[in-house]
Amino acid sequence: MKKELNDNWDYSSSLEAINHIQLKKKYNLFIDGKWIAPSKNTYFKTINPANEETLAEIASASKEDVDLAVKAARKAYTNVWSKMPASERAKYIYRIARLMQERAREFAVIESLESGKTIRESRDVDIPLACNHFFYYAGWADKLDYAFPNRKIESLGVAGQIIPWNFPLLMAAWKIAPALAAGNTVVLKPAETTSLTALKLAEIIEESGLPPGVVNIVTGFGETGAAIVNHPDINKIAFTGSTGVGKIIQKALVGTSKKVTLELGGKSANIIFEDAPIDQAVEGIVNGIFFNQGHVCCAGSRLYVQEGIAEKVIKKLKQRMESLYVGDPLDKNTDIGAINSKEQLQTIEKYLKIGLDEGTEMYQPKCTIPKKGFYCAPTLFLNVAQSSIIAQEEIFGPVLTIQTFRTVDEVIQKANNSHFGLAAGVWTDKGSRIFNLTSKLRAGVIWANCYNKFDPTSPFGGYKESGFGREGGLHGLSAYLKLS
Amino acid sequence: MKIKSHTSNKIPVSPSIDKVGVEERVARFQSRSIKNEAKKQGLNLVLSMIDLTTLEGKDTEGKVKQMCYKAMHLHDHFEGIPQVAAVCVYPSMVAIAKNALRNSSVKVASVATGFPSGQTSLALKLKDTKFAVEQGADEIDMVISRGKFLTGEFAYVFDEIAAVKEACGKARLKVILETGELVTLDNVRKASDIAIYAGSDFIKTSTGKIQPAATMQVTYTMLMAIRDYYDETGIMVGMKPAGGISTAKLALHNLVMVKEILGTKWLSNEWFRFGASSLANDVLMQLVKIETGVYQSNDYFSID
Repeated sequence: MKKELNDNWDYSSSLEAINHIQLKKKYNLFIDGKWIAPSKNTYFKTINPANEETLAEIASASKEDVDLAVKAARKAYTNVWSKMPASERAKYIYRIARLMQERAREFAVIESLESGKTIRESRDVDIPLACNHFFYYAGWADKLDYAFPNRKIESLGVAGQIIPWNFPLLMAAWKIAPALAAGNTVVLKPAETTSLTALKLAEIIEESGLPPGVVNIVTGFGETGAAIVNHPDINKIAFTGSTGVGKIIQKALVGTSKKVTLELGGKSANIIFEDAPIDQAVEGIVNGIFFNQGHVCCAGSRLYVQEGIAEKVIKKLKQRMESLYVGDPLDKNTDIGAINSKEQLQTIEKYLKIGLDEGTEMYQPKCTIPKKGFYCAPTLFLNVAQSSIIAQEEIFGPVLTIQTFRTVDEVIQKANNSHFGLAAGVWTDKGSRIFNLTSKLRAGVIWANCYNKFDPTSPFGGYKESGFGREGGLHGLSAYLKLS
Repeated sequence: MKIKSHTSNKIPVSPSIDKVGVEERVARFQSRSIKNEAKKQGLNLVLSMIDLTTLEGKDTEGKVKQMCYKAMHLHDHFEGIPQVAAVCVYPSMVAIAKNALRNSSVKVASVATGFPSGQTSLALKLKDTKFAVEQGADEIDMVISRGKFLTGEFAYVFDEIAAVKEACGKARLKVILETGELVTLDNVRKASDIAIYAGSDFIKTSTGKIQPAATMQVTYTMLMAIRDYYDETGIMVGMKPAGGISTAKLALHNLVMVKEILGTKWLSNEWFRFGASSLANDVLMQLVKIETGVYQSNDYFSID
């Protein structure tokens, strides 16, 4: 028996090369097809959360800069984009999609460098999906009459779009692609910790020859976002981010004629029934909460397990967590990357403390965590009740609360007993039970025997404090059109 | 080697298996990175786990002897290349193989029980098994009655395995499920549980006569059955994917899977085997490539 052959057999570190990416030291604002220095000449640093090193300096857009961008968008809308034949608009969107595909590797690396997400995810999920959104909506651009038969269709005008840091490029694609396909022009603000891929997208847009002003990218903090929301010449606001900011935006828009869609937080229930395919359900739990370090608005952060199999599921889940690798996002073996920012790490740690103070039982696997950078071990909380704070509030990290249930009615009641309603997962071998739950759970997206599956053809959005309006599919297109 | 007797008399309730979920999980094993030293170590591990196999109507003493020599001398141009775990032959060839391998630690495995279809009486199956053991087989690879399984006669399948296990005596029993004929992963899981609870020491995917054979999805499903049984009882059961694993890359992916599901404890030829005839040469070719930096053609690797 060759026992010695298996001694310490482990994977080889496999770091994705970064020498092929092109990053400038300093990024200006992309307004009216040109790169413009911010009026107040202020810049801020963006860092790699995995090692806290500076990646580049990013312009901070003032109210005046936003005004300039909106003016450019208005001019492009009135003079060029709204007059262009839809089939021509489609060609530009296709071209952007193809250019993104060609540079997918560079996008993936930059996305991982700046956001902390694993290269496996940015390479296999974020970037391909972002390209697919452009491809999908390009196809609709000249077929709007067929998308909404017997309706009169008009574009809205200038769309102001504010996106979060958890899926930087993908969120930009979700916002820009349908807006352009519907004939609108865009002023987009990426999150301050993740501006780079949006700026790289601006470079591609420049390269694609898209008429100046159709897409403008203004970088900055909350004030920049506020300037977009409050700008009088914007027709539509699309926001993805926290519920807190969503509420501020909605208040600010009261009494204006601006259309609005909000995609906000979540505390989604992942429900495992006794007859579920148990090992695949465990994978679904892992995928539901540890995907993108749990920085997912629809993360399956509340686990409900039927009591007959609870012990088994928890045991298997703990076992599975032992084989998760936490570490450098650029290593192809890494399963859980870096937390996006110090602030977010502090938020997560605050909730870990609350969980412990609430008397719950915390579990983290034995895993090595890099000394530098922002990291959080995957975490389970057991002995949790509906009344526990950690089961109610969005943590936005790799933290799962686990509760048990006895009957179908009980779990429906508990799953709906939340001020959020973005997504849910149902795991059972019984088809009729799936349909029973999909009609009773108040959540925008319900996955059956899978979790965190996204597709450009499928609408995404929430109930209650998770927001309103849908993105993706035909629903996502209608959010950028006036239908009468 | 200590052989644990663990025949129980209950057929367990098997969990359902979701194929889409299994495919997704299996894809993750294939994206782990194994390079340089880890690759070299892994490839040597693979070689040491191979059951070098010939199961043909035209097998002769000459063929078996030559294969046995290869089992002990995979590639003498290189130092430190391990021997394979076992050779796998028909019962009529066991004595020849045993004699050829007498000075080595390479084991002799024999298929039995009316291999490959298993369409014969239980009495003959037991006789077949005993004959192979008497001839000197260290391990018996039996086939289950797939016809009975597919008509729901699980107790028959269970009892048959238990009976063959008894007939094996000291020989270790590998139970071939012939997953290509069971078709669904639910069936694969059910058959794995029956085989394990009936007392098999190893479960094995296929005869090599039916396609598809040892896909990663099937092996994953069987490994999970082994995992669950171990969690329940503390008893280790071995795994042998056979048929269809002909490249070093696929073999390494299998090792990754074993490592993540069962742990390094299973990463030895006591608990994991590859049933294969052409895998060894591909692995050798990769090992030579690591040492020399160049690929050599097939003609530089012997084909016994």
